[in-house]
Amino acid sequence: MPASDPVLQIDGLDISLPPGGDRPLAVSGVSLTLAAGEALCIVGESGSGKSMIANAVMGLLPGPHVRPTAGRIRFDGQELLDLSESQMQTLRGRRIGMIFQEPMTALNPIMRIGDQIGEVYRSHLSIGRKECRERVLAALADVGLPDPTRLIDSYPFRLSGGQRQRVMIAAALALEPALLIADEPTTALDVTTQAQILKLIRALQRRRGMALLFITHDFGVVAEIADRVAVMQRGIMVEAGPARDVLDRPAHVYTQKLIAAIPHGQTSDRAPAMAPAALLELDQVTKTYRLPGGREVAALKGVSLTLRKGETLGIVGESGSGKSTIGRCVTGLTPISSGRILFEGIDISKLGPKGLKPYRGRIQMVFQDPYASLNPRHRVGSAITTGMLMQGIPKAKARDRAVELLSLVGLGAEALDRYPHEFSGGQRQRIGIARALAMEPELLVADEPVSALDVSVQAQVLDLFDQVRKKFDLALLFITHDLRVAAQMCDRVAVMRAGELVEYGEAAQVLRDPRHAYTQELIAAVPRLERAAS
Amino acid sequence: MNRARFAARRLAQGLVALLLIVVVNFFLIRAAPGDPAQVMAGEAGAGDAKFVAQLRQQFGLDKPMIEQLGLYLGHVAMLDLGQSYRQQRPVAELIGERVPATLLLTGAAFVLSLLFGITLGAWSSARVGTWGDSLVTTVALIFYATPLFWVALMAVLVFSIKLDWLPGFGMATVGQDFSALGHALDVAQHLVLPAVTLALFYMAIYARMTRTSMLEVSRMDFVKTARAKGVPRGRIWRVHILRNALLPIITLAGIQAGQMVGGAILTETVFAWPGIGRLMFEALLQRDYNLLLGVFLFTAAMVVLFNFLTDVLYTIVDPRIELR
Amino acid sequence: MGDFWRRFRRNKGALVGLAILILVLCLALFAPLIDSGDPWAMVQRPFLPPFEIAHTMFGTDTLGRDIGTGLVYGARVSLMIGFVSTVAALVLGVTLGAVSGYYGGWIDATLMRFTELFQTVPSFALAIVLVAIFQPSVGSIVTAIAIVSWPPVARLVRGEFLTLRQRDFVEAARLDGQSDLRIIFVELLPNAASSIVVMASLMVATAILLESSLSFMGLGDPDLMSWGFMIGAARTVLRQAWWMSVFPGLAILLTVLALNLVGEGLSDGLNTRLGGGRGNAGL
Repeated sequence: MPASDPVLQIDGLDISLPPGGDRPLAVSGVSLTLAAGEALCIVGESGSGKSMIANAVMGLLPGPHVRPTAGRIRFDGQELLDLSESQMQTLRGRRIGMIFQEPMTALNPIMRIGDQIGEVYRSHLSIGRKECRERVLAALADVGLPDPTRLIDSYPFRLSGGQRQRVMIAAALALEPALLIADEPTTALDVTTQAQILKLIRALQRRRGMALLFITHDFGVVAEIADRVAVMQRGIMVEAGPARDVLDRPAHVYTQKLIAAIPHGQTSDRAPAMAPAALLELDQVTKTYRLPGGREVAALKGVSLTLRKGETLGIVGESGSGKSTIGRCVTGLTPISSGRILFEGIDISKLGPKGLKPYRGRIQMVFQDPYASLNPRHRVGSAITTGMLMQGIPKAKARDRAVELLSLVGLGAEALDRYPHEFSGGQRQRIGIARALAMEPELLVADEPVSALDVSVQAQVLDLFDQVRKKFDLALLFITHDLRVAAQMCDRVAVMRAGELVEYGEAAQVLRDPRHAYTQELIAAVPRLERAAS
Repeated sequence: MNRARFAARRLAQGLVALLLIVVVNFFLIRAAPGDPAQVMAGEAGAGDAKFVAQLRQQFGLDKPMIEQLGLYLGHVAMLDLGQSYRQQRPVAELIGERVPATLLLTGAAFVLSLLFGITLGAWSSARVGTWGDSLVTTVALIFYATPLFWVALMAVLVFSIKLDWLPGFGMATVGQDFSALGHALDVAQHLVLPAVTLALFYMAIYARMTRTSMLEVSRMDFVKTARAKGVPRGRIWRVHILRNALLPIITLAGIQAGQMVGGAILTETVFAWPGIGRLMFEALLQRDYNLLLGVFLFTAAMVVLFNFLTDVLYTIVDPRIELR
Repeated sequence: MGDFWRRFRRNKGALVGLAILILVLCLALFAPLIDSGDPWAMVQRPFLPPFEIAHTMFGTDTLGRDIGTGLVYGARVSLMIGFVSTVAALVLGVTLGAVSGYYGGWIDATLMRFTELFQTVPSFALAIVLVAIFQPSVGSIVTAIAIVSWPPVARLVRGEFLTLRQRDFVEAARLDGQSDLRIIFVELLPNAASSIVVMASLMVATAILLESSLSFMGLGDPDLMSWGFMIGAARTVLRQAWWMSVFPGLAILLTVLALNLVGEGLSDGLNTRLGGGRGNAGL
């Protein structure tokens, strides 16, 4: 441990919330220290207050009701909470840098990249244009961006999420600050991009001897990058210590629960008694979108796969791989450009709306976003029973069945008369599952059903899927970007990349012994708990 | 070049719209009460059936509708909008005489409303919750709710009649022999009241819109990033927030510029300003439908032009617009 | 409902506006009871200034007609024309906007071209032309205002539908087997309702402004005494009888202002109604 003063020291920090929230303090009595060259991760689920701490250090809390009401934050020998706004402004960007979660909206859309990084220099130093440009070019090269001379004059819309995040990092580190605060910088990125950005941050931190305060919800990231970790639960720091200690031997009950809830990524040795005939078969399915302006995008390129009754097939891929498109084509929501989709031998892709009617009940879908999958103006009961009513089932019978389904997913009958906004994300997903099951489907398509949920809630919903699958002997098409989830849930796995099926086979085999280079890359990129932060 | 292609496409779309309006115009003229030939004859020799028939033939009013439409389209393409029945002069000529006055009025009002509206809106957005903000918001709300013609009348009543500070009638003092500079100043003096009253309503719109837009943009992620970089507050406000907030204002201004021509009709009527708005009023009084619709068509052309200019300006300002 | 009122009440301006609006509505509805006079009747000497005689508080006009009576009856005309034309514009605009936003593609493109056509002329100029050609009457005025007012609401509804269309619950509705028509009216429209209601209040305000402007220009229904007409009649005698134009103008101003304020109150009250969803931003 370095013998010098800690770079950052927080003592007994309280941050208030506006009146009427679910608790009076966002953060209560938090204390932590961070030494130079050290990486500290603050881990927690949504609503834990972890981001609040980061914002408080930078003085970026969304006042006036949300502000520090007690405690001290000491940085660089100064009491940050006592500083005026203009004093804080001189610190920000120069001594403390910060990067945020959403790269797509974090850059000014009508300002060139070079200017956005150059701003940092010009706001803190008196510097000539030529020298500024040179330093910006160096900063861009430092974060591994290709072709800096062209990038410097480009606008953000030309860059991908990962590239924009690198630009943000370049701007944050331009003046070599002593402390970098990273607020969930990789959460919105693909898993392969995430791995690259984490590597970059780690390398830069090491090279400059910077202190790093990293906010995340993912314990895998903690394992990759942290020297020490602090766990937050509803505003209170429940556990803190060296990363390896906390990960291997969590002391607090909450930490144990969180770590246990992480999908273990182990494939189960399932030997399902499966019907030999395929329930669903995709034969050379292609889907091409025509954009305004004449450009064509191939979302699916000749995909073929089968799904048997009682089986769970995982479709795994990153964003843009076409995995969601498969789900939409199978359910008939999106017409295909060519190929066949055979359901019990009949090509349903050729059927019109009328022909599809009898299949409506047999193929159903559970969606990703719990906040958008239920109509906010309709009661839960209406959401669940509408499908049945469309099929001609009498109202009373439909209602009874809805109550049954709600209890199956762990909700009471009183939920029928409530509105979706009265439920949490996890509960809404359960309602979505109940709705999908209402029509007694044989095939259930689950499109990233747990991606928007907190890790502890994820585990519960995945359990529910398992239960439901067994009870109704469903064929399940499980779409996800998370390999660990796929390993846990699926019998067979299909890996998609840019519209193509690159690997396809038994889950255990694909995930333990991948043949295709891309699959190997994907697996390598998954942040794993076992990996030691070296 | 992408921008040129986009501009060309928008221009083409505008012209198609204009063409359709010309066709609509044609049918509206036919829908006007009275037989155009009889109306024309009415002034000269009413009741003389032979004369009316002669006029009808002369103006091609006895031909089938489609042919008449074709003739009309041809005329319009040649910028011939027919004759004003009452004033016995070509409509296009009358319009041509009056256009400069309207352009002067609407131009001045446009600049005034944008300048003051945006400034006030931005100013109040930086002071949300203070008395300054409340004042601007309330005043804007009141002017937004006030009928334009009434404000004009009140302005004449107060500033011209009661206080006698400014002239409230016409564009220039009649019967005076001014030097060029003197004439310009005289016109400027006459311009004040009409331009300011016309500007007030739109000023309110821009102030409100700018304030809303600024507040919205100030909540966006990239503003937080700028703060985290330690960019001084003034620069954040000017460069990051204002520029992004002005994008929707440009579109709005383009639409409002067209609408302002409609507002000019009322203003010119009250102030007796010799522009095409007043021409339209005169046409109304005299039931001169040919002239009325000629002016109407012209205003449509002005709107198409303004919309086109706005589109082009927008593509220059927003780098995200490329291929369309 | 309680939530909505709580938020609405917090907007002081909206409460003031609501009060004014109710006052005007009462005047309009109970006009014959309040002031059983006929606005066209000559009751006093012409050019009587206001506040002189109790019976004619607001003075008289060039023909000795009671301004006060004119104000009361004018309220009826303005509100009636305002509401009816707005309803007509809504029916047209919401339908077109919903169809356009839901189906997208070429239907959207065509309908939008059609809408743009109407926006290629200054609305007031078009209204003038329509009323002039088809002769001024309540019918032509209401129709003209409706024709001129429907494009903005169509655009609004289209925008809302385009966004809502992407949401998963719409896909779920299709998987339920709901028909397109049912989805538009039962699933989507209730979600767009708050924006439409707010816009409607502003549309009534604009309609009243339009109607008064038309009447001012002499294009009002000749059988109806409206505020715009009163101001138009006052134009030539501005110097002698300021009260003839001031009071009707104030009446228009207050009514339109009240509608705008209520509109903002509605916007506050409705738009945050079911927004409790995500919360926790930045926690």
